[in-house]
Amino acid sequence: MPTSLEIGLYVFMLATFVGLEVIRKVSPLLHTPLMSLTNAISAISVVGAILIISADEATNLSKVLGFIAITAAVTNIVSGFLITDRMLKMFKRGPSGAGGEKR
Amino acid sequence: MGSLVNYIYILSGALFILSLKWMNTPATARRGVFAGEAGMLLAIAGTLVNHHHNWEWILAAFFIGTAVGIPIAYIMPMTAVPQRTAMSHACGALAAALVGTAEFYQRQPNAETELHGFVMVALIIETLLGFLTFTGSLMAMGKLQEVLPTRPITYRNQNLINGVLFAIALGLGVRLYLVPTDTFLFPIFAGLALLFGVLLIIPIGGADMPTVIALLNSYAGLSACAMGFALDNPLLVIAGALDGSSGLILSIIMCKAMNRSFTNVLFGAFGQLQVAHGKTEQRPVRSASAEEAASILEAAGSVIIVPGYGLAVAQAQHKIRELFDTLTRRGVDVKFAIHPVAGRMPGHMNVLLAEADIPYDRLFEMDDINSEFAQCDVALVIGANDVTNPAARTDKSSPIYGMPILDVDKAHTVMVIKRSMSPGFAGIDNDLYYMDRTLMLFGDAKAFVSEILKELPARVGA
Repeated sequence: MPTSLEIGLYVFMLATFVGLEVIRKVSPLLHTPLMSLTNAISAISVVGAILIISADEATNLSKVLGFIAITAAVTNIVSGFLITDRMLKMFKRGPSGAGGEKR
Repeated sequence: MGSLVNYIYILSGALFILSLKWMNTPATARRGVFAGEAGMLLAIAGTLVNHHHNWEWILAAFFIGTAVGIPIAYIMPMTAVPQRTAMSHACGALAAALVGTAEFYQRQPNAETELHGFVMVALIIETLLGFLTFTGSLMAMGKLQEVLPTRPITYRNQNLINGVLFAIALGLGVRLYLVPTDTFLFPIFAGLALLFGVLLIIPIGGADMPTVIALLNSYAGLSACAMGFALDNPLLVIAGALDGSSGLILSIIMCKAMNRSFTNVLFGAFGQLQVAHGKTEQRPVRSASAEEAASILEAAGSVIIVPGYGLAVAQAQHKIRELFDTLTRRGVDVKFAIHPVAGRMPGHMNVLLAEADIPYDRLFEMDDINSEFAQCDVALVIGANDVTNPAARTDKSSPIYGMPILDVDKAHTVMVIKRSMSPGFAGIDNDLYYMDRTLMLFGDAKAFVSEILKELPARVGA
């Protein structure tokens, strides 16, 4: 049986390749919203912070640090997803045939 | 019960991947945000089901985070998006670093079984990257907000000092790995990482920010990823790896667009060494008034607008939309040519122009539009400089030699809106301005475009 470290490394390798392939296809048009979206997603570290703060052996230090960490991560989650959506709403296609263009 | 949450995490991971996949075109991108939100909600809810000790702390933190996050998302003007992005890199990195720190101290009583081998390596990477990205991102934010000087700040032996500092931090990390109970070393280690983050960003100038922001994005992701290893949580590994690879790809694109390497961006202190590059003789330029510019635009069949950071500074995007509308109504074919490093972060110009309601199918990337300059009547450069400098193609001694540029100089007529003749970020003269076909339009981008607009409708009935 592979150890959990080995499984973790497999997951890391596969996720990195998936990430590279998927991100390469993102239109440069959307690079700014992409960055705010990945930022919100990486705030998944909130899960780690919840685990720390709610552990049975949580010390006061853990509570304080975990509290700050959750606050920071939730700020990122909320503002990240909302601002990404706000940006994406602005991207509109032109009315087809406007301005007599030939493309 | 415990295993249910693992299945939820798998679902979350899949949703995150779909989320990024749907980002590839504007048509599906909003669905991507929705998938990301769903994945995040599932993961948080799944975690809370099994872990809700000290729930009052958790609830309070969620409340504050939400209360801070909502105004940031809705009040922040689009011109401030690079600063906001840097700030959220800082927040993300801080969260990872603090969780790592808390883990380190919480596991001290059982150091022998819980702080050994790979877990300790992961914790060290997590906190090192987390703390240095935190202060680095704050510095980047300060530079973008222009609270801090945007010019590179350098001192003697900078790279040597930074290198030694980083080596000491790394050495302490190794020592902590070998003897995890040396808790007194941890604050020193964290402090050095924080200091290194500051020193890493100090010598980086404004125009290199797109690369640096992308790189910090990558670090923040990798730090979350290391947390996943420390906590043995594959969802964190997946999300962190996705963020890490996204930042990596963006920074590679940015580096390519400047024909420079990572090391050169990070350690080159670009943009202040060229001061001595003294071609001081005054060359004649042709300047024109708004009236002349308006009549040239009016007579043109096709116009390509080249926006740059100056557009963001002048907040000229809405005026440019008016110009776009007016010209389009007159049957002029108007396109936008966007260099990958235009602005202060990847995709910065696209967001600003989209905010002003310019349809995104009028925005073209460098490779798609460069062949069209030769046939276009007017190229109108607004607030861009180095990305249009023909010296990048011909002058081997130029610091920007080899950088792919927009072929603005091939257009029939070139018009450049610029405040003055002062050189751009790279500190080098732009030959474009001295060509016979080039007209300099001196003034603030927003004010000058307004002037042009005033001249245009006046001619409607004529």
